[in-house]
Amino acid sequence: MNKVMSNKVVIALYVLPALLLIGVLMFVPIILSGYYGLMDWDGIGAMKFIGLENYAELMGDGKFWDSAYHSFLLALFSTISLIAYLAISLILANKLKGSELLRKIYLIPMLLSSVAIAQLWLKVYDPNNGILNSLLTTLGVDNPPAWLADTDTVLFSIFIAIIWQYAGFYIIIYSAALKGIPESLVEAARIDGANPIQIAYKIKIPLIMGVIKVTVVLAIVGSLKYFDLIYVMTGGGPNGASEVMASYMYRQAFGTYNFGYGSAVGFALLVICLILTWLIRKLTASGDEIQY
Amino acid sequence: MKKKTLALILLSLFTVFALVACGNDDEGTDSNDSGESTNNGDSGETADSGEDKTIDFMHLWPEGSSPQHFAIVNDIIDEFESENEGVTVEVEILGNEQYKEKLKVLSASNELPDVGMTWAAGFLTPYVDGNKFASLDDLLEGDLNDLFVPGTAEAYALDGTTYGLPLELNITPLYYNQKLFSDNGVDTPETYEELKSGIQTLVDNGVTPVTLGNKDRWTGSMWYMYLADRIAGPDALPNAISGEGSFTDPGLIQAAEEIQELVDMGAFVNGYNGLGNDEAKGYFLNEAAAMYLMGSWDLPEYTTNENNSQEFKDSIDYMKFPEVEGGKGNRDSLVGGPGVGLFVSEDSDVKDEAKEFVSFFVQKWGERSVTDAGVIPATKVDTSETDLPEMYIDVLNDLNEASNLTLYADVQLSAAAAEVHLNQIQALFGGEVTPQEFAEAHDEAIAKENEE
Repeated sequence: MNKVMSNKVVIALYVLPALLLIGVLMFVPIILSGYYGLMDWDGIGAMKFIGLENYAELMGDGKFWDSAYHSFLLALFSTISLIAYLAISLILANKLKGSELLRKIYLIPMLLSSVAIAQLWLKVYDPNNGILNSLLTTLGVDNPPAWLADTDTVLFSIFIAIIWQYAGFYIIIYSAALKGIPESLVEAARIDGANPIQIAYKIKIPLIMGVIKVTVVLAIVGSLKYFDLIYVMTGGGPNGASEVMASYMYRQAFGTYNFGYGSAVGFALLVICLILTWLIRKLTASGDEIQY
Repeated sequence: MKKKTLALILLSLFTVFALVACGNDDEGTDSNDSGESTNNGDSGETADSGEDKTIDFMHLWPEGSSPQHFAIVNDIIDEFESENEGVTVEVEILGNEQYKEKLKVLSASNELPDVGMTWAAGFLTPYVDGNKFASLDDLLEGDLNDLFVPGTAEAYALDGTTYGLPLELNITPLYYNQKLFSDNGVDTPETYEELKSGIQTLVDNGVTPVTLGNKDRWTGSMWYMYLADRIAGPDALPNAISGEGSFTDPGLIQAAEEIQELVDMGAFVNGYNGLGNDEAKGYFLNEAAAMYLMGSWDLPEYTTNENNSQEFKDSIDYMKFPEVEGGKGNRDSLVGGPGVGLFVSEDSDVKDEAKEFVSFFVQKWGERSVTDAGVIPATKVDTSETDLPEMYIDVLNDLNEASNLTLYADVQLSAAAAEVHLNQIQALFGGEVTPQEFAEAHDEAIAKENEE
């Protein structure tokens, strides 16, 4: 086996199929969309090379920056919600009664498809017959907001649904990481008189810091390219109030037949994601992994 | 050293990929210029089978979702094949959205079917600019002369040449629930003022006057279009859309103001900007809203659909959008437009047969579509000989009496300007823009499009 693995040609041969797939399905399209971004193209007729004109237009496109702002808000929002996920995981890790059951319940949204989740939340937010407004009316609120129809509330209404959607995913990751902490460390701390909060802060969280960093990157990059619930629930409306970068890209390419510009938006999205990922890695790469 | 070779291999692999991808593109654009070369394959196929010719036909009525349409199409094809010895029609069927996607892809690789379906105006433009569709003027001057309802085939014309022949025609009646009207003491309004006072009465009685799914945006656009027509006359909006006029026309501004007044009155269902059209329709079907402005494609819902109770269907009637006092428009001016139409591919190697098929199809379709599928065709219909629900006959008669047919604004506009229009409609209904800002945003978008 070792002999085989030291043969570079064989390694290349083994790596090749996956590399081909990734190349054809990921890198070529990325390069192509960068290339299309330099074109004036409606997706049907002939392409016309216009250099960086699409990107110049992008810089001054208020709608794009609005959608970018919404995407960043979502990134911020989902990063903050990681704290809540972490808190839940820490509590669940304490072998409470029913914590196994709860963990499974939290996982359920993960098993639903995005469109199903969107339909579910559309029903929740329905301005006249939805559960939310029915509840508010019962509680005596006179004019509950029409959540998805109001430019002030639409974005955060969808954010809540997104956070609900991803709760299970992050809780599973954190729970798995917490399981990896040796029981003896916690035991020792407890004997020394540490209370549960101290144990969480001083022992558990530092030990899973690596995982937390990864989830921060996942949450931010995932938010920046987020598309599904927004597309199904509002289509980016009303009047662009819930538009994010990915839905704007889709709208440009497939809605207004502006493939060149849509590609430029997509490429800009990629660049923004890359820069941010690099930045987060840089910021969080503080010192060595902690070990006890 | 070995590492370097490996890196080189990988690098060259990537280059090959990039080249292959680019190479395909080049081929695509090459064949754009000399379209015949790619079609040789097809004609070779037909040559093999002697004189037999095959027309490739792509449509969007699958058996599952539109069984009546599907059946009529098949009958027409059978009839055509039996009348034209040696010609076979090969059919490919896709659902609406997939159809649009596939048509685009086929067009980019120059493999459009000989005959297919298209939509009017804005959808058609890129295909015509790319020289993909054949002119059908000869058919209109020949076999099909004077067969279409005025204004329908024109929607498929660009610079005086017609590239598609419409199959469907839709107008936009204002449906209303007679029971809800009479329960609340509201009479069928004759004028817009009466409509508004009726709306006020319904609001006061706690009944939702109008249901509107403005998440889809074109729904609100129809309200604006009717008000624009009734206040500023039938020419103002089309002129503003073409760029000859302006959306700041006092009549058009007033129409936008009326929209916001209706909103302030509480005329529209709560949360209209967040409701899709289907959800909004639910309010009307459940008798929770009194009025619903929607296309005539919804007629089966109120006449033949077996899922709705007879009692409900009997209580639904429709009216033409009322006249505004002092306005320039009249009640016989309708908002509407043709739905799908047929095109013939410019690069087809059986163009003559394809055109003949289109002509045959349009005529046969016109004879059968209303009675068999409840679709109003774009060709003129003789109502005296058909056995139709009352509401259909009324709509068809309205069509015959129509003084003007204004094509849906989002269809008239180019894709990018339509996007601005639709977003502005949502903003206007949501009270985020003033009528003046609404008008200026339109003018700006249209001027930008006309520049290009």
